[in-house]
Amino acid sequence: MERGVVFIGSIDIFVKKLIRSLIEKKPVKDVLEWAISYSLWPVHLMTSCCGVELAGAYSPRYDLERYGSLPFVSPRQTNLIIIEGTLTLKMAKVARITWEQMADPKFVIAMGACAIDGGLFWNSYNIVRANEIMPVDVYIPGCPPRPEALARAILMLQDKIRSSGVSREDLEILRRYVKSQTR
Amino acid sequence: MSQVSIKDPDLNNLLNILNEELKDLATKIYIDKTERVVYIEVAKEKILDLAKKMLHLGFDHVKSVSAVDYPQEKKIELMIHVGSYLRVIRKYTIIIRSMLERDNPRVSSLTSVWPSAEFHERETWEMFGVYFEGHPDLRRLLLPEELEGKWPMRKDFRIATRKAGEAEAPWK
Amino acid sequence: MSGSQDITQELAQEMFRVVETGVKEEGERLIELQIGPTHPGSGHMRILAWVDGDIIVRCDPDIGFVHRTIEKLSENRAYIKTIPLVERPSLLDTTPMTIGYVNALEKLMGIEVPPRARYLRTILAEITRIASHFYGIGILAIFLGHSTGFMWAFGDREVMIELATMLTGARITYAYVIPGGVRRDMPQNFPDAVEKGLRYIEKRLKEWEKIFLNNPVVERRLRDVGILKPNIARMLGVTGPNIRASGIDYDVRMIEPYEAYDEIDFMIPVAEEGDAYARGLIRFKEIEQSINIIRQAVKKIPEGEIISPQISRLFNPLMKKIYAEQKRVKLPSLMATLKPPKGEAMARVEAGRGEALFHIISDGSTNPYRFRFVTPSFRNVILFKYLIPGHRIADLPAIYGSLDYFPPEADR
Repeated sequence: MERGVVFIGSIDIFVKKLIRSLIEKKPVKDVLEWAISYSLWPVHLMTSCCGVELAGAYSPRYDLERYGSLPFVSPRQTNLIIIEGTLTLKMAKVARITWEQMADPKFVIAMGACAIDGGLFWNSYNIVRANEIMPVDVYIPGCPPRPEALARAILMLQDKIRSSGVSREDLEILRRYVKSQTR
Repeated sequence: MSQVSIKDPDLNNLLNILNEELKDLATKIYIDKTERVVYIEVAKEKILDLAKKMLHLGFDHVKSVSAVDYPQEKKIELMIHVGSYLRVIRKYTIIIRSMLERDNPRVSSLTSVWPSAEFHERETWEMFGVYFEGHPDLRRLLLPEELEGKWPMRKDFRIATRKAGEAEAPWK
Repeated sequence: MSGSQDITQELAQEMFRVVETGVKEEGERLIELQIGPTHPGSGHMRILAWVDGDIIVRCDPDIGFVHRTIEKLSENRAYIKTIPLVERPSLLDTTPMTIGYVNALEKLMGIEVPPRARYLRTILAEITRIASHFYGIGILAIFLGHSTGFMWAFGDREVMIELATMLTGARITYAYVIPGGVRRDMPQNFPDAVEKGLRYIEKRLKEWEKIFLNNPVVERRLRDVGILKPNIARMLGVTGPNIRASGIDYDVRMIEPYEAYDEIDFMIPVAEEGDAYARGLIRFKEIEQSINIIRQAVKKIPEGEIISPQISRLFNPLMKKIYAEQKRVKLPSLMATLKPPKGEAMARVEAGRGEALFHIISDGSTNPYRFRFVTPSFRNVILFKYLIPGHRIADLPAIYGSLDYFPPEADR
């Protein structure tokens, strides 16, 4: 009698199960989070006057592109939205529509005193607070905050992604994608 | 018209010409102590003829159209800053004032005389409720449509108070 | 003082006719484009453009996205709390706005400013004017796709911001100008640092000529595009470098000199063509003139007090000690409940983008009764409606960038 190894079941299902378990394992999850944290691309939405310091942060003196973030034009292909400054009623509608179009996982940074709690214009009839419109991850105080503060906020966001990880829903999306490709 | 002595000879000439040309249109002409601003008060029916005369004298653009609200006297005062690009008179600013009724403020639009007043009149319409008859395109300029209440710059506009944590935007 | 009434009436009718025929042909051929806020070439506003093929027949600016109601807020606050409010609309050149508001307040109360404070205000105003023009040049460059120009402009702007930080302690929003004078004196090494910074900027301007002004692609995109004729500019009430590029030399610093401008010699650059290239070129020439003004002011600045005696006699002994040792003003709490006499006052200044107007009406209480505030960008909005129709879509970023329109300034 020949000695040999017998596979029970088919190769297809075995590979599928292997991939599914690898995605949940630590090495791949680490690579996933590392990739997301070094490609935080903000969308080109200037909400208010802190936009001047945002433009200054991407200038040669405080270059933020070395952390991997590049302002990009389309909301469908970016994963970060920076709310700089005051949100008026008209602009809040636009910001919400832009936020809903972005792909998961997405992050929000609220920059400036006006985005936190109204700032200098706290009793005006035309403004809303940023956390009434979308869930915020990082707050930066200042009026306007220095570009170094914005760099520190991006670093804090990177730490937050790598320590607490991406959510279960995003893994579910990735799993469904793999399932549809290896049919 | 004024008893104090004016040190600027150009201003003297200007005041003489204004007094002569506008004597049956304006109710009162006076200056302020910096000698750079001339105030003209006029009734609201004659404002278009006054504007045509001013354009003929060389004042060719409007710097600002706005209003002041006096709720106790039930009046809204229209305030128009006018200037000129011509060399001799470019250092003087003329302020034209006119009183309107607070319940129904209507006045004829000045865009046929000064086209630069178009966007200023739109802002005065949405902030105070002053209707300019003959304006080519009178609609909102700065305010959103979702704002509750009308005429925000009047003194009796109430801002809806909001408590922290309550959703304000209808699309939350 | 002859009027040109008939000519302006004809021009007005001609312009209204251009806009009206575009509307009448509405139907199958016209498409409405919304160039909205989430766009790299639009800023904080929405541009509605009706196009027939490739040519824009009608354009409507949809502004109000940054309307922060400064005029209404100032009616509920004390006079001195409006100084930071007035800075925020035009965040690039903040000093001329505060100078204008404080000038109107000083005219109302009759306060005299000592000469050293006037020179310090002038120096800071010209530093922020150079920073603001570099921002305008950077935005024009990025709209044309010239990303080197964008990076260079923002890098050179940092030199000026460093100088302002040395003088006042903040990067952009200083609140340095208070009624009666300024808040701090200049440090000992300030004149040397200013000279080094200005020499660096002069060297850089020669490089800018090579890569931007003599660049064949930039010339092809900007020459003869968006021509603004002088009589139309007069009729529409345009201000700032936009009208100086059309041949009319209107600059409030020469007409109604405020602060130390009547003791300094400078020129006003004027161009004749009125196209987008001239508007960009005027900004470079104005930077050279500002360098000239700063050098003269730093050399001629007199010694003396930095705050008017009418305010410093209200100091208590601790404030007097701080003022004598550190030359720094700590405001008495009386300023928070300042009550000017009943009346009104008006002031005009020349900001980086044009002429700004401030009118305060007071009724004797601690808050102003009415504060009217017109910024130069609000007066230039009308150019969107009347200058853009007739051009192709590809020219829209070039014209927008050359106008140097800043939406938070227009919405206030």
